[in-house]
Amino acid sequence: MSDKAKALVLPLAVLLAFEAWARATHLQSDSLAPPSEIAIALAGAFADLSILAATRDTLLSAFAGLAIGTLIGLALGIAFGIFDTLNRLMEVTVEAIRPIPSIALLPIALIALGFGYRMEIVIVAFACVWPILILSRAAVRSIEPRLMEVARALRLPPAQRVWKIIIPAALPRIFVAFRLSAGIALIVAVTVEIAINPIGLGAGIMLAQQALRADLMLAYLVWIGIIGYALNIGLVVAQHRLFGRVALSGDSA
Amino acid sequence: MSRKATIWLWRAASFAVAASFIALWQLIANLKLVSPVFLPGPDRAWASLMRGFSNGDLWSKLAGTLEHMVYGWLVASIAGIAIGAIIGSSKLMRTYVAPSLEFLRPLPVSAIIPVAIAMLGLTQAMALFVIAFGAIWPIMLATIHGFAAVEPRLYEVARSLQMSRLAVIFKIALPSASPDILAGMRLSVTVALILSVVCEILAGLDGLGHWVLLSARAFRSADLFAGVILLGITGYVTSVAMSMAEHRLLAWQAAQR
Repeated sequence: MSDKAKALVLPLAVLLAFEAWARATHLQSDSLAPPSEIAIALAGAFADLSILAATRDTLLSAFAGLAIGTLIGLALGIAFGIFDTLNRLMEVTVEAIRPIPSIALLPIALIALGFGYRMEIVIVAFACVWPILILSRAAVRSIEPRLMEVARALRLPPAQRVWKIIIPAALPRIFVAFRLSAGIALIVAVTVEIAINPIGLGAGIMLAQQALRADLMLAYLVWIGIIGYALNIGLVVAQHRLFGRVALSGDSA
Repeated sequence: MSRKATIWLWRAASFAVAASFIALWQLIANLKLVSPVFLPGPDRAWASLMRGFSNGDLWSKLAGTLEHMVYGWLVASIAGIAIGAIIGSSKLMRTYVAPSLEFLRPLPVSAIIPVAIAMLGLTQAMALFVIAFGAIWPIMLATIHGFAAVEPRLYEVARSLQMSRLAVIFKIALPSASPDILAGMRLSVTVALILSVVCEILAGLDGLGHWVLLSARAFRSADLFAGVILLGITGYVTSVAMSMAEHRLLAWQAAQR
């Protein structure tokens, strides 16, 4: 048996055992449902498109926040990486804001922006800025000094220096930061929806729970897991395709 | 100028920059560029923070949040290291169990909250379960990874000394995996803090999360900002404390290398 097949043994066994147990005991529960009913509920949620609409809302907020956070984090990270003076001057400010848990901003975003996409996007963006900032700053600093000498020798103006030398050289490690942030974006988006925002997958799973639909709730849970897994795999594959082995060296950073 | 003096000078300049941002915030608030309903000046936020501390309100909220966070994190640490050690120290478990865990890892852990509410209701037990469940992943996976990455020759030594499996775990694998485990525990502190806040918001449990939500609902923006500042300080202090503990505990390894 190959390793891949061995990996599937445990989940399949758990699912089968759970199904058998639920059938044998005629399970009636607000929190558990047999896998077959979960699958049916998931199919039902697909058929009436409700889960697809929720997925769209969650991913829209997550990706919009990720895009904004990445742009801000990248701009700051590159600036801090190039200008050491700026980096040292901003150190206290950055270290004072960074440890605020993103979810603590939720009430502020709530009274300032109300429910909906905007407040969620703002919170996701805040959460995504920091990993990108820290890792892109480190990436820019670790650029081979000779590349910078080349840029000087060619007398590239600052904008071209960033665009032609710094970003390409730091890109593999920046992409690792982006991958991390994409995971964070999804987590934060779902968390905001579960905590308070009445849109998306998080709100969907909360509604299912409040309606005591254990099958639908667990169907949402499974679907959220699949999306998280697919996002992660997609980005890992993209990283390998785009940067090959170079990217792996940035992973430990 | 000596090196130390230069560092202090930069530090001072950096604090001055941060102070000027706060002054800017004060100016924006004073000129009412943003409605004071949303944005209190730092003076009002500070006053609210001081008032909350002097009448004991904020102390009890802070204690509530710290309690949720620390209990959940401790449970996660103990369980995470134990389970990680069991899985990591056995080749069989690593091939059969570890892939399932890797599959579950990207799941946004907050999605488990509705399930926990359905099982346990809006209770402290629910919060403890959710925080522990969320915080266990980085620790458990780091332990498995650390165990798998132990220098194989150390295991050979253990075999030739005929050490028992427990002895191998405690004398060889755990010390050798401790950098990974501590790094996982540091990640988990942040997760535990975030999940504590979320659980307090959802279940109305006594703590800073509940406090900031109530303040927002009542449009008491000064209290809200005071709560957020306190959460920021909590995040900062815990992560600094973890780094210091990590440094202290791993000093023997740095000396070895």
